[in-house]
Amino acid sequence: MATAEAAVPRVAVGRAAPGLAITVLALGRRALRNSLRRPQFLAPLIVFPSLMLAVNVGGLSRTTSLPGFPHVHGFLDFQLAAALVQSLMLGGVSAGIATALEIEGGFFDRLIAAPIPRVAIVLGRLLATGALAAGQVAYFLALGLTFGGHIEGGIAGVVLVLAIGVVAGVGFGGIGVMLALRARNASTVQGIFPIVFVVLFISDAFFPQNLLSSPADAVAAYNPLSYVADGMRNPIIASISATKVIDGLIAAAGIAVVAMALSVWALRGRLREE
Amino acid sequence: MPAIEATKLEREFKGGLRAVDGIDLAVAPGEVYAFLGPNGAGKTTTVRMLVTLLRPTGGEARVAGFDVARQPAEVRRRIGVALQEAALDLLMTGRELIELQATLHGIDPRSVRSRGDELLERVGLTEARDRRVGTYSGGMRRRLDLAMALIHEPQVLFLDEPTTGLDPVSRLTLWDEVRRLKGEGTTVFLTTQYLEEADQLADRLSIISAGKLVAEGTPGELKAQVGRPHLDITLSDGADPGDANRVLERFGELQPPGPDCHFSLRVGHGAADIAPVVRALDEAGLRVASLQVIEPSLDDVFVAKTGRHLEGASEQREAAADAAGSDGDR
Repeated sequence: MATAEAAVPRVAVGRAAPGLAITVLALGRRALRNSLRRPQFLAPLIVFPSLMLAVNVGGLSRTTSLPGFPHVHGFLDFQLAAALVQSLMLGGVSAGIATALEIEGGFFDRLIAAPIPRVAIVLGRLLATGALAAGQVAYFLALGLTFGGHIEGGIAGVVLVLAIGVVAGVGFGGIGVMLALRARNASTVQGIFPIVFVVLFISDAFFPQNLLSSPADAVAAYNPLSYVADGMRNPIIASISATKVIDGLIAAAGIAVVAMALSVWALRGRLREE
Repeated sequence: MPAIEATKLEREFKGGLRAVDGIDLAVAPGEVYAFLGPNGAGKTTTVRMLVTLLRPTGGEARVAGFDVARQPAEVRRRIGVALQEAALDLLMTGRELIELQATLHGIDPRSVRSRGDELLERVGLTEARDRRVGTYSGGMRRRLDLAMALIHEPQVLFLDEPTTGLDPVSRLTLWDEVRRLKGEGTTVFLTTQYLEEADQLADRLSIISAGKLVAEGTPGELKAQVGRPHLDITLSDGADPGDANRVLERFGELQPPGPDCHFSLRVGHGAADIAPVVRALDEAGLRVASLQVIEPSLDDVFVAKTGRHLEGASEQREAAADAAGSDGDR
């Protein structure tokens, strides 16, 4: 402080508060940058689903010859969607833990004390989660192509997988943020979130619904994750089916809308309790 | 209009814990106001209500003219807040953080960089601005926190225990900055558990204990409430205690002499009484070996108002005495 004799110019106080878009962009950029600076959070999004993909493809590749299994070039093509959904759900865990750490560390209070629309705190985090989701999708598609996979839908198929992935990623992020706002500590979020993975295993992400035993097949039929996985899988394994892709987009958007609403509700609840 | 005004302000938590119990206070614009109390007294709860982070459950408070419960957005635009234990993002650099703060306070995007750099220079963090905050020392984090709180030139600045845990040098640096802010006309509301900090910085202070204000005034007024200063005088060996008694009792209320020609003289003004007392002793042929002015301390005030010492007050007294040792002896 000894160096500073320069007068700091007066800034007009009482100026208009920053708009929602500017705030969301600023907070989203910060959240994304921080995610990239936390390799311990980023690695699980890539490493765990990649290993699971390798194990499944290596050990279950003959299942493609089962009667009723959809026509695919290889089991890798089929499993890519499972790895994608898994990775995106782990992205949701990361978003939740990051939010909880901000609450624990007090940075969340700094944001609450700033003259910004408070919903921007949630939306900024979800913007970063969406951007990260795009990277996750790109990584797994590149991984698949590198190891002999195919994307039957071509460039358009890639775009559609990206679209569904980003929307679903935002949805999973919303669930994570909602849990963080309710639980207020990172370990609880980490503890609760694996339950969400149970829901993934009772979808048709890993195996075709028609080959699942009862009652898993019935649950999978109503599980929105089945539609998300199918929506992303379709452009990879076959020529694009509008129905499957639209169903996937609707399911992803449904998850995103509900999760965002829940996280905004959790934020309001937290502020009200304060 | 006061910069901060609270009337019967209350906060009761679930379970019935009343952390703040009917506080009334008024802080004038440009004033440095210290809120002194031990851990758990209700200081931070009060600040969190005043900065709109916590809703009052009773009473009302206005900051910069706006009601904290009904007009929180207006309040937030006019205040700067540095909360307890600098709540910073350790993964960001100092520059990234201050620029984010500038954006969140609606600073013109074209001015964000220059404004951030000016404040980083002001707090002596220019060289460290591109390092991640996680590598900063405690003092550097506090200074960055302060710079962030100043980014929009707030009318009222809240500092919640800004020097807790800092080394003495960092503490003095922050004190200098608070004095400078006062010079610029910023109202500063400072919570602290350090008596010396309140004494050094505050125009006025209040003492909070168990959620209630138990005293309020200038440091001098509060000390005067608990007693007058006295001079601790030790005369050289061979001095006649009777002669000393006769000289000293002309200047105030003399306590019975202690061993080794030691006298305690209660006086009216403190340091201003030193010169005439020493002159009179000298004229009577009595040589002073040492002399110290003992002022009533804020700890004395705290004890008088709450019936107990402030935690760590004795250590603070000793540290202050050590620092003042050579100056105080005559």
